[in-house]
Amino acid sequence: MPIITYREALNQALREEMARDDRVYLMGEEVGVYNGAYKVSKGLMEEFGENRVVDSPIAELGFAGVGVGSALAGLRPVIEFMTWNFALLAIDQVVNSAAKMLYMSGGQFNVPIVFRGPNGAALQLGAQHSQAFESWLAHIPGIKVVSPGTPYDAKGLLKSAIRDDNPVVFLEGEMLYNTKGEVPEEEYLIPLGKAQLKREGSDCSIITSGKMVLVAMQVADLLAKEDIHIDVLDLLTLRPMDVGAITASVRKTNRAVVLEEGWEVCGIGSQVVDYIQRDCFDDLDAPVIRVHQADVPMPYAKALEKSAKPDVAKTIAAVKQVMYR
Amino acid sequence: MATKIFMEALSPTMEEGRLVKWNTSEGSVVKSGDVLAEVETDKAVMELVARGNGVLRKQLVAEGTTAPVGTLVGVIAAADEDISALIGGAAAAPAVVAAPAPVAAAAATVAAPAVTVGVGSTKSSPLARRLAKDSGLDLGAIEGSGPGGRIIKRDIEAAVAGGGSTASSTVNRPPSTVSDYTDQPLTQIRKTIAKRLGESIGPIPTFYLTAEFDMTRAAEMRASAAALGDEFKISFNDILLKATATALAAHPEINAHWLGDKIRFFNRVHLGMAVATDDGLIVPVLFDADQKGLREISRESKELAKRARERKLKPEEYTGSTFSVSNLGMMQIDQFTAIINPPECGILAIGALEDKPVVIDGELVIRKRLRVTMSCDHRVIDGAIGARFLQDLRRMIENPLMLVF
Repeated sequence: MPIITYREALNQALREEMARDDRVYLMGEEVGVYNGAYKVSKGLMEEFGENRVVDSPIAELGFAGVGVGSALAGLRPVIEFMTWNFALLAIDQVVNSAAKMLYMSGGQFNVPIVFRGPNGAALQLGAQHSQAFESWLAHIPGIKVVSPGTPYDAKGLLKSAIRDDNPVVFLEGEMLYNTKGEVPEEEYLIPLGKAQLKREGSDCSIITSGKMVLVAMQVADLLAKEDIHIDVLDLLTLRPMDVGAITASVRKTNRAVVLEEGWEVCGIGSQVVDYIQRDCFDDLDAPVIRVHQADVPMPYAKALEKSAKPDVAKTIAAVKQVMYR
Repeated sequence: MATKIFMEALSPTMEEGRLVKWNTSEGSVVKSGDVLAEVETDKAVMELVARGNGVLRKQLVAEGTTAPVGTLVGVIAAADEDISALIGGAAAAPAVVAAPAPVAAAAATVAAPAVTVGVGSTKSSPLARRLAKDSGLDLGAIEGSGPGGRIIKRDIEAAVAGGGSTASSTVNRPPSTVSDYTDQPLTQIRKTIAKRLGESIGPIPTFYLTAEFDMTRAAEMRASAAALGDEFKISFNDILLKATATALAAHPEINAHWLGDKIRFFNRVHLGMAVATDDGLIVPVLFDADQKGLREISRESKELAKRARERKLKPEEYTGSTFSVSNLGMMQIDQFTAIINPPECGILAIGALEDKPVVIDGELVIRKRLRVTMSCDHRVIDGAIGARFLQDLRRMIENPLMLVF
C-alpha cells in the first residue's frame, strides 16, 4: 500500500471528489496560483481551472458567505481557512448561516459545504495563532465536526464530508501535514460519526482525536513495555460523537484518560467525561482524568510552549494515576 | 561470536511459550541444530533448537516458566567469551518513562479533594461496589488499597480469591488436615481455550448440559424414611444437595474456581444454594456438604434459607462456595439455565419433579422424573468432563442408597 503524507491524502480526496462531481469547488486564500499555504491544493487549479479553484481576497467573512450562498444555489463548496484562527472572522457564516439554514427554513434549504483548515498549535506561532477550537465548533447544533489524525482517516473522512448534504467543519493540523501513513490506491470512504479503536488493550482507555491520536499511540507503545495495555479510541468525528464506542471501551477497561489538544474548561473532553459518567458509572474503578493544554494563552517562548501542551509524559502520568500505579 | 537464544514463535498463533524442560545444561557444548529445550506452545510441545555453535553458557528462563515470544532465554558462546553485556540486557527492567513531576502533582491535587465521604462510611469505586454486590461481599470487611483507602476492583478480586471475609465464623467449618485446594497453573492449551472461547461468548464462555433423572427410588426412600418419624423427614431438595455434594467430592475438576491465571481445584466441597429473598437472590453455603448426612443437610439448609429470607446471614455464611445449586422446581419450572456465580465454574439448575410416561424395558410406565441443567464455564470444564459428572450424579440420585455410604 502506498505511504503518503497527510497533505497528499487531502489533495487526493479533493481531486477525486472534484473529478467525481463538477458541483464541487475549492475557495480560499492562496489555494490556486500558490497551490495553498500548506500545498494541500497543489495542482488543482491547473487541473480544474480558475472557476473551480478560486483564490479569494483576504476576507474570511466574505468568502465564507459566498460559499454558503453558492451551496444554497446548488454547488458543493469546500472553503479553506488558512488556519482556524483566521476563521474567527468568518464564524458568523459558519454558526449563523451554514448551521442554521436547514432548521430555520423548515427543512427547505440544506447547505452542503465543507469548511476546512489547520486547527490548534504548531510551533512558536504565538497565542493568537495557536488555538484549538474544536469544542467551540462542536458546541453548535447544525454542523458536524471532524478531526482526523492520520492520512488514511483524513482522506476517507474528507471525501465523506464533501458528499454530506449538510455543513461539515473539517479540522486538520499544521503539524500533521507532513506525517505519513498507508493510504490505499482504491477508493474508500470513512463514515462520519463513527469512532475507531486504533489499538486494543484491557487496562485503560485513552479517548482522543486529531493529532493527539499520535501521542496516544506513543503512550500505548511505551506503557506496553510496563505491561500496561491501552485501548486507544480515536473519536474521528467530534460531533456527532460515537458514544457507543466510548462506553464499550470504558466498560472493558474500567478506567479512562481523555486526551485533547485544547483547553480544559468546556473542552471536548468534558463532553466525553459526561457520557462516561452517565453511562458507565458502575463500571468505573477510578475517576476519569483529562489531559489538555494548560489553561493559559499559548506561550511563545519555546520551553513554556512545550510545557503548556499536552504530551506523552503527561498522558503517561495520567494513565498511571487512574491505574493506581 | 555469541548466539542469543530467543523464545521463538513455534506456531503461527503463539504469543508466549512455557519452557517445559532444558535438554542441555549450562556448560555443555552445543552445535547448530541441537535441541536445547522443549517449549509448550498454545498447541503442542515443540523443540527449541540451537542457531549457533559453542557452549550453552547461560539459561535465563527456568523450567516451567512462561515467556513471551522474543524473550532472551539463553546464550550460546565460546567458553571464555564475556557475555555479561548480553545477560545484563536481559535482566534490565523495561524502560520506564520518567513522569513529569509538575503535571502529576497538579493532577493529583485535582483528584484528591474530589472524594468526600461521610464519617464511618467506606470509600469505594462504583465498579468495586458493583462487583462486591455481585459476589455477595460486605465492603466493610474489605481493606481498600486505592488513594485514601478507596476499595477498588483489585481489592474485590483479592477478597473473592481469598474466600471473602476473615471474620470469625459461626458456621460449622471444621479445620482440615489436608490442604483445602490445589492450584494448577494454566497449561497453554487451557489458556488458548479460555482466550478463544471468551472472545466467542464473554466473559464466561458457558455451555449447558441437561439430563432427566428418574426420581422414583428417591421418592421411595423419602417415603420410607418419613414413616420412621418426623426427625427422618427430608425433602427431594435435600437428597439433590447431598447427591451433588457427594458427586463433587469425586469430581474436583468441577469443584473449582477460575482465577484468571490459574484454576483452583478444591479438595473440600462448599455447596452454595440459591435462595430467593424479597431483596433478590442470595447464595448461602453448606460448608463441607459432602461430609454431612442427609439429616444435617436438611436441617442446615432450612436454617440458612430461613435466615436468608430474614436478611440475617453473615457475610461468611454466603461467601466461599465452590459450586452452586439453584432449584426452581417448587415453582413448577420444568427446566432452566442458571447463571454461573464467578469465580465458580458451574451451577446446577433443578427443575420440577413430575409424573411422566416413560419407556422402561420396553414398557410404558409412569415414573417420577426431574430435569437438571448444569451451566459450565468452558474455560475450566469441557463437555465430556461435565457429562461424566452428570453421569455420576444420575447414578447416585437414581440409586439413593449410595448416599448412605
